[in-house]
Amino acid sequence: MSPALLIARRELYAYFRSPLAAIVIAGALLADGIYFYWKGLSEKLLSAEVLQEFFYGHSGAVAIASLFIAMRLFAEERQTGTMTLLNTAPIRDIEVVLGKFLSAFAVLTLLTLLSVYMPLLIFINGKVSLGHIAVGYLGATLYGAATLSIGLFASAVARSQVIAVILGAVMLVPLVLLWIIARATDPPLNSFLNALAIHHENYRAFMMGLLELDKVVYYVIVTFFFLLAATKSLEARRWR
Amino acid sequence: MIEIRDLYKYYGGRRAVGPVSATIEPGEVVGLLGLNGAGKTTTLRVLACDLLPSAGSVTVDGLDVVDSPHEVRARTGYLPDSPPLYGEMKVDEFLGFAARLRGVSGDVDKHVREAVEKTALKKVESQLISTLSHGFRQRVGIAQAIVHNPKFVVLDEPISGLDPRQIVEMRKLVRRLGGDHTVLLSSHILSEIEATCDRLLVIRDGEIIASGSEEELTSRTEGVRLEVTVRGDEAAARAAIVAVDGVDEVASVEADESGENVNSFSVTARDDVRADICQALVSGGVGVLAIGRGERELESVFLELSQDADDAEQKGATA
Repeated sequence: MSPALLIARRELYAYFRSPLAAIVIAGALLADGIYFYWKGLSEKLLSAEVLQEFFYGHSGAVAIASLFIAMRLFAEERQTGTMTLLNTAPIRDIEVVLGKFLSAFAVLTLLTLLSVYMPLLIFINGKVSLGHIAVGYLGATLYGAATLSIGLFASAVARSQVIAVILGAVMLVPLVLLWIIARATDPPLNSFLNALAIHHENYRAFMMGLLELDKVVYYVIVTFFFLLAATKSLEARRWR
Repeated sequence: MIEIRDLYKYYGGRRAVGPVSATIEPGEVVGLLGLNGAGKTTTLRVLACDLLPSAGSVTVDGLDVVDSPHEVRARTGYLPDSPPLYGEMKVDEFLGFAARLRGVSGDVDKHVREAVEKTALKKVESQLISTLSHGFRQRVGIAQAIVHNPKFVVLDEPISGLDPRQIVEMRKLVRRLGGDHTVLLSSHILSEIEATCDRLLVIRDGEIIASGSEEELTSRTEGVRLEVTVRGDEAAARAAIVAVDGVDEVASVEADESGENVNSFSVTARDDVRADICQALVSGGVGVLAIGRGERELESVFLELSQDADDAEQKGATA
């Protein structure tokens, strides 16, 4: 077994031996369900619009959940002194980062899978394409991977789990709100800021069931960037 | 073999360690002795490839810690001052994880069984680590350091926080590790270093100020320290001891045992004059309860070495 998978397996074990994963998943699903009922089922909307509302609400639940899922990844190891075990093992820092990311991503994917009943409810009184659902979930998964990588980076540089969540939010919120700044700016800056915003235009396509390659590439790049930043921060600690 | 040449480690602009130079032969149990904040942990972290050196070189079996960190880590087992344990795992599960993490392939269970046997963890191997006592947690910490059968074992304060029975067991365990492994352990407790190590490195303010066996270090001090306990008049006893040829200094210390008219002295002499002191006391009508070499001889050496370094520093500053 590769070191990354070995670490991912241990991290998953840790997630489900503690109540953290269950609490975060339950909380996110509750918030997701309330939003879906409030915006999607209480108003007269077309089935496709209901599905869009679901994916909009689900993205919020995923973003918040990802920060809480990621907060323990490195900050807890540092607090309990177990980071030394990984630091002194003959494995590369990128393998440690990947292993931790994979485990947290598996938890986030479980959250996403458990939300499937909500879009399926639409079939009771309406009709949506399975392709729309699949693309929406692909977007939510990619968005989740990106927000998770931000949370992971925050955990890699923070001294405690609380600081990791706060730092993750401090990085994520401006990235989400870039589209507001974009509205107040002129071309071509507004286009650039919109393209950089982690949610607005990049996520909307998936919500509407449109699979666009540039949006997929955007989320992959954001995820890669923050995982690389986390790796470099681990490497830098050895020189301090 | 481990070779350290002019090792320096800086935290920002502050020198934590350096210059440190030392050679550790295969199979040796070497103690790194120093007060808190002397640079012991930083030195050990560099040797375990947890930190990278700011300058100088450290090689393990000819492999440099900067150029070949993976190879060095695979040959090294490290127990930091706080054992790195996952409380939610069982002992055998954790050791299996540690073995795989350190590159053990094939029969991982065999490696775990051997580590469990060496560290006497059999009766708790199926227990959750979070439920273990401090002594057992420390042993699991050592087990994870040796589970991949490394050539070089680094133990940072392995007896810290243990009760007297656990300390005795830990001493035996560390002694057993010597031979199969090269062991470097740190402590600020002199009795531990004396009891477990073949050789000592004394570190102060990040620098090695002395190295050698206990005998070699104690022979560096001038004279011999003796402890004398008598029953009788203090002034008469002191006069009898001072009159002995070769005695330089006599100081009253707190009596080692209770009882009426019991007095203890710390004696500094040019040679081992125990027989002469005994004879003088008996001739002077003073009852001798105990007379022996100072138990804290190494401690005085250590303090003397630290003082020498302080004096040298002050001279350098005034020059």
